[in-house]
Amino acid sequence: MPNYKEIFVKTDKCTGCLTCKIACAVEHSETKSLFSAIRESPGPVSRVYVEWLPGNVKVPVLCRHCEDAPCLNACISGAISRSDTNAVITDASKCIGCWTCVMVCPYGVIGRDQTFAKAFRCDRCPDREIPACVGACPTQALVYETVDGFSKTKRKTVSRELLTREGA
Amino acid sequence: MTSENPFQNLTTDPAVQQMLAKAKENNISTVWDRYEQMLPQCGFGETGLCCRHCLQGPCRINPFDPDAETGICGANADVMVARGLDRAIAAGTAAHSGHAKHLAHTLLKMARGQAKDYKITDPVKLKKVAARLNIAVDGRPETDIALDVAKAALADFHEKDTPVLWASGVVTPGRVEVLSKLGLVPKGIDHEVAEIMHRTLYGVDADTVNLLLGGLRCSVADLAGCYMGTDLADILFGTPTPLASQANLGTLKKESVNIALHGHNPVLSEIIVKVAGEMTDEAVAAGADRINVVGICCTGNELMERHGIPSCTHSVSQEMALLTGAVDAMIVDYQCIMPSVASVAECMGTKVITTMDICKITGAEHIDVKEETAAENARQAILQAVAGFKKRKNRPTHIPALTNTVVAGFSTESIVAALSKLNAKDPLAPLADNIKSGNIKGVCLFAGCNNVKIPQDINYTKIAAKLLKENVLVVATGCGAGSLMRHDFMDPAKTRDLCGDGLFAVLNAIGEANGLGGPLPSVLHLGSCVDNSRAVEITVALANYLGVDINQMPVVASAPEPTSEKAVSIGTYAVAAGLPTHVGVMLPVMGSALVAKVLTQTVKDLTGGYFIVEPDPDKAADMLLQALNDRRKGLGLV
Repeated sequence: MPNYKEIFVKTDKCTGCLTCKIACAVEHSETKSLFSAIRESPGPVSRVYVEWLPGNVKVPVLCRHCEDAPCLNACISGAISRSDTNAVITDASKCIGCWTCVMVCPYGVIGRDQTFAKAFRCDRCPDREIPACVGACPTQALVYETVDGFSKTKRKTVSRELLTREGA
Repeated sequence: MTSENPFQNLTTDPAVQQMLAKAKENNISTVWDRYEQMLPQCGFGETGLCCRHCLQGPCRINPFDPDAETGICGANADVMVARGLDRAIAAGTAAHSGHAKHLAHTLLKMARGQAKDYKITDPVKLKKVAARLNIAVDGRPETDIALDVAKAALADFHEKDTPVLWASGVVTPGRVEVLSKLGLVPKGIDHEVAEIMHRTLYGVDADTVNLLLGGLRCSVADLAGCYMGTDLADILFGTPTPLASQANLGTLKKESVNIALHGHNPVLSEIIVKVAGEMTDEAVAAGADRINVVGICCTGNELMERHGIPSCTHSVSQEMALLTGAVDAMIVDYQCIMPSVASVAECMGTKVITTMDICKITGAEHIDVKEETAAENARQAILQAVAGFKKRKNRPTHIPALTNTVVAGFSTESIVAALSKLNAKDPLAPLADNIKSGNIKGVCLFAGCNNVKIPQDINYTKIAAKLLKENVLVVATGCGAGSLMRHDFMDPAKTRDLCGDGLFAVLNAIGEANGLGGPLPSVLHLGSCVDNSRAVEITVALANYLGVDINQMPVVASAPEPTSEKAVSIGTYAVAAGLPTHVGVMLPVMGSALVAKVLTQTVKDLTGGYFIVEPDPDKAADMLLQALNDRRKGLGLV
């Protein structure tokens, strides 16, 4: 299986600016430009969420595209499938709006489209090399990387920290 | 330009392209690098949907979230956007009128004998301005008149029994009526700025249209500040008359002590030019051939229009002057001075000298310049430049061998004088007749800045080229003038190629009648950004001559590459004056459909002016032409 990239979140870097939400909505608009997307009707919607927690912590949350996806297993209409880039995607034309996917999603990142009453979620921007939210994040709180690559970077960081603590 | 040039997407000025290559080679960060690093920019800021006006915030309204309708206080997107726009207008107004106030204080001190380095250079203009203000002139000493003019100027900043005289006295009678009816006549320039700060405070004005009307009134105060700035500068330093000069980085000279004067106000730069002329000996003693003063931004325009001092570069490329390694001191006053000049100067071993107590830059040297001791302060600053030359004279320089011929110095007075050579009795007749006949389709004023988001100068040159071919008379101020001069639009040798036949015939006839042996330049340089007042003055004179109001005139304005909040306030007063006004960069108002509609449509029913927001230069040119044609049709002209 190819080594697909995932969108990882670095919670310590998020400033809560919501730039990711705007970029996501623009990418999922008809015109793909902020100044025209803002006038579209129905307006495009963002698929990334930023939650706020006491202590002024901001946490971007978005579809993890789980390898063993509860939503995909639970969908009764066959609307949810895995794309050729390993993303879990919802086919709106098949969605019946039963919200079973919403019930089983461990992350709460499946939304209800207010215009069409269909489920929608992150599709990892199939037309882009880097998902719009990742490209837009000014602090690199969102990272597009393979699991191996992300872990490797993390190991490097922790190694440096370890050495620093040992006084190296 | 070849497609291999890696910098052509940043600037269309070949001299700047050369310097960008050098910056890259030497790993020196420029405005273009910092812009790249800033991307992506915040969508809330871009659309005007963020507010930091209180401590409960910051608030931002997500335009794509139907549930996010208001900020914490309840202000909706329309109110948030209108408040933000108002504050930009107030900032622009504060800057232009601050410039004018500085001149008013200088005039006052001069008249009281407290500023010996200044004098009345143009008594005719003094009397013209005094007469407009109903100040007695006959039989009075000039300094007495000047004292009264200075006092009247300073009085225009606060609320008093009369409205702002530099607004109500400078437009058409019809315009005074329109503005009065709408409640848009400013009561005091500072008063309007302060009132914007008040009404945009937490929990004050939350009516979008009322907020926008407040912004419009403040912009009329900005017109007053600009007009006053021009008037007082002309009185103190002379009203421009046509003269030849040069532009671009090639105006720096390896063998000379190069002083780049950057900023806006002639109060400082005029004295530097004068004192520098007396300090050739010091330059020669240091091994230089002379002192070479060049301008950057509007200081450059002020000095070019009055003395033919060359303009080195403008706006977004200001750092490039330093990258030549040939500038021995950059002396600045205020406005549009990127703080980055101090770090680029450090890399190049150049000095940046700040001179105003409201504009100091960490890393720059400060010499406090006062009107009372101006020449002495100027001498001190010039000696720093001479010392700088001694240090750099054996170092290599990289001066692009590129200069452009410029004919500048077009004031209302000098234009009328030139026209009077065609018709001494009725000087405006030739201009009015050619507009009526269609030889001149209309007039377009280019104003504003460069903006790092747009390949430098491309919007100016594309739109101007198209309009000139369509026989539109083009005038320019500020860094718009700077842009067009660096692309040969002010070189009379290029007039034939650039202009349509009708316009060329007119420019040629004026040039020939004035003994120039050829045409005027295709674009008339009206001066600095405060000198947009000259465009207003000419438009008002023509409107009065034709017996119409400004909102009927085939006159349009364009700020195709704006950056500063000053461009926002200028654009707004052009709309208040009744002009279709193009802006080539998205204003941060798109977050409110209502505000966008008011600015581009509704306001037309109020003042006759309106904004045209169009980033594409070809489309913008067509829209400006359409607006001119509509106006012509309105006047019954074909």
